[in-house]
Amino acid sequence: MDVQIWTYIIVGITFSIYIGIAIGARAGSTKEFYVAGGGVSPLANGLATAADWMSAASFLGLAGIISFSGRDGSVYLMGWTGGYVLLALLLAPYLRKFGKFTVPDFVGDRYYSQTARIIAVICALFISFTYVAGQMRGVGIVFSRFLQVDITWGVIMGMTIVFFYAVLGGMKGITYTQVAQYCVLIFAFTVPAVYISLMLTDNPIPQLGFGADLVDEPGMSLLDKLDGLSEELGFNKYTEGQKGTMDTFFITMALMVGTAGLPHVIVRFFTVPKVSDARKSGLYALVFIAILYTMAPAVSAFARTNLLATIPGATYKEVPQWFKKWENAGLISWVDKNKDGKIKYGPGIAFGENADGKLKPQLLFDKAGELQRGENNEVKLYNAPSNNSNELYIDKDIIVLANPEIAGLPDWVIALVAAGGLAAALSTAAGLLLVISTSVAHDLIKKSINPDISEKGELIAARLAAVGAVLVAGYFGVNPPDYVAAVVALAFGLAAASFFPILILGIFSKKINKQGAISGMLAGLISTLAYIVYFKFVNVTDNKPENWLFGISPEGFGTFGMILNFIITVTVSKFTPEPPKEVQNMVEALRYPGEAKE
Amino acid sequence: MKQSDKRLYWKKNVKYLLILLSVWFFVSFVLGVFFVDYLDGVKKTADGIVEDPESIFHGFRLGGFKLGFWIGQQGAVYVFVLLILIYVILMNRLDKKFNIEEKEITTSDH
Repeated sequence: MDVQIWTYIIVGITFSIYIGIAIGARAGSTKEFYVAGGGVSPLANGLATAADWMSAASFLGLAGIISFSGRDGSVYLMGWTGGYVLLALLLAPYLRKFGKFTVPDFVGDRYYSQTARIIAVICALFISFTYVAGQMRGVGIVFSRFLQVDITWGVIMGMTIVFFYAVLGGMKGITYTQVAQYCVLIFAFTVPAVYISLMLTDNPIPQLGFGADLVDEPGMSLLDKLDGLSEELGFNKYTEGQKGTMDTFFITMALMVGTAGLPHVIVRFFTVPKVSDARKSGLYALVFIAILYTMAPAVSAFARTNLLATIPGATYKEVPQWFKKWENAGLISWVDKNKDGKIKYGPGIAFGENADGKLKPQLLFDKAGELQRGENNEVKLYNAPSNNSNELYIDKDIIVLANPEIAGLPDWVIALVAAGGLAAALSTAAGLLLVISTSVAHDLIKKSINPDISEKGELIAARLAAVGAVLVAGYFGVNPPDYVAAVVALAFGLAAASFFPILILGIFSKKINKQGAISGMLAGLISTLAYIVYFKFVNVTDNKPENWLFGISPEGFGTFGMILNFIITVTVSKFTPEPPKEVQNMVEALRYPGEAKE
Repeated sequence: MKQSDKRLYWKKNVKYLLILLSVWFFVSFVLGVFFVDYLDGVKKTADGIVEDPESIFHGFRLGGFKLGFWIGQQGAVYVFVLLILIYVILMNRLDKKFNIEEKEITTSDH
């Protein structure tokens, strides 16, 4: 059986499981649709949260980013896990005690203001839409790479599956499919990692093998070898960081706080029965996330070592099969600049822009639709060679995608990785779609426009909103806006700058009032939005350290917005009337897991 | 719950939070960002990154890793898990001490 058949079988099995769960877990009430009836066990919720959180970017992208940035990649590892400490300690237990359905619910009630609620809804919708576009694209890419299906059809298949369990099952359906999806994705990530760790270091635990000595060269540790190989080729040492200290601080903080402020993650804690369960599921969630997040940097180092040890200096005609396979897919490209038939790899970008003005290889086809090939039978590119000596382009996604092949693993493992990538993308997409549909049906229609709507009517509205959201997400998946990558920084920055401060202050202070919260939210939101939009969209050429405010990159600016939000919220609250007594009593009640009644 | 008990319970909770979050900040930012080069036994200079023989961690390896690198890519994540675990244990104990009996919270619109 070849890879493709294996992929159809494994992806087919996992999809049937998801659909089966969806049919078994249909939502009958708005409570089931929004928060799975509030009866999910902490363990199941931890698994679901981990799948919800880990997207295609975590599964495919993370190891790749680290592989190409070495120690500087630590910002993502710490940033995307450290936020759970904030979430579990500062937000989850209290928001659970609050006992409503959404984050805007809390903002609206705590700040006794319809304006605050609407601003929160807009932030939630904006964050979720930016995020979901990337997920649908991820689904399409996995389909097209593994099954040679057109991206459009891949997206449509992904939409159909999500449609099934998100629209029918709501949060209830999503929760139990996410549990299954976590199992699929973690298994798919672990199998190749363990194999490669054994192969390189003879240690079955990648987290330890990562620091161990190489099997081939006793006495030489893997990381020393990697540092040496990197330096020989003119790269920085893998274990050294180049990023400025202040900027690293701001980025790490923005990612942590942004994680804690993401509505689709927060809402997962509304699904457990009790406050103590919310704490526990925070713990489970981070344990399950940590399994992947501590393995990813090991995979990065293994793959980078393999790559640097085998490819640079090799004669093109003798490169391994996987190199050629991914070359045909445009994820690896080689231009023989010095005409020696050997692959030269070093710092710098190997070639110029493609016809769309992007630094991605564009393959050339002849009239018969076959790939055009050069003197060494390499795939020819539209892109012109650049004037440095580096001849090789490697796409970051290759690190996880090609891992099984580089390690010479059986075909079913490759198919498993495809199913894992799909599980990661679909689970996150579903969580986001739910936030979107809840925001529309509950926060906008029920709480703002038509409070008299019946339970049945609201449930129908929620389902219709979910359908609408799936269609919009699918549209963005097929026609991805150019700015998908830039927009992720925006989602985190906005979550950090808008939600986080007023949630924390709303719980830990009784005196913060609506004037403070509204002005703080707006200040954080507008400053961060303006800064990121300016450097990422309006004046991209200015996006250099010397132009940044206090040396903060757009990725780290959410931290600044957050601090601004805190200061303004507290200051304005000081000079305006205290919140009404019943709001202060509500805050008081949030602080005790038991009934607040005497 | 009596009013005085409530105040005491909340005070304890906040104390736990402050201690645990200080550790969170120390590990992530002091060790993981500000002193990461020192822990790796290197320093940034005008000519790039060079070995720093003055660092007491120069030449130190933890299971094959330089210390700063390990904290950034592994250690910090383990500490985060540990912090939440400690918080869960402390709070469960506190709930018991104050005889808090949790009922299922009814999520509703009203």
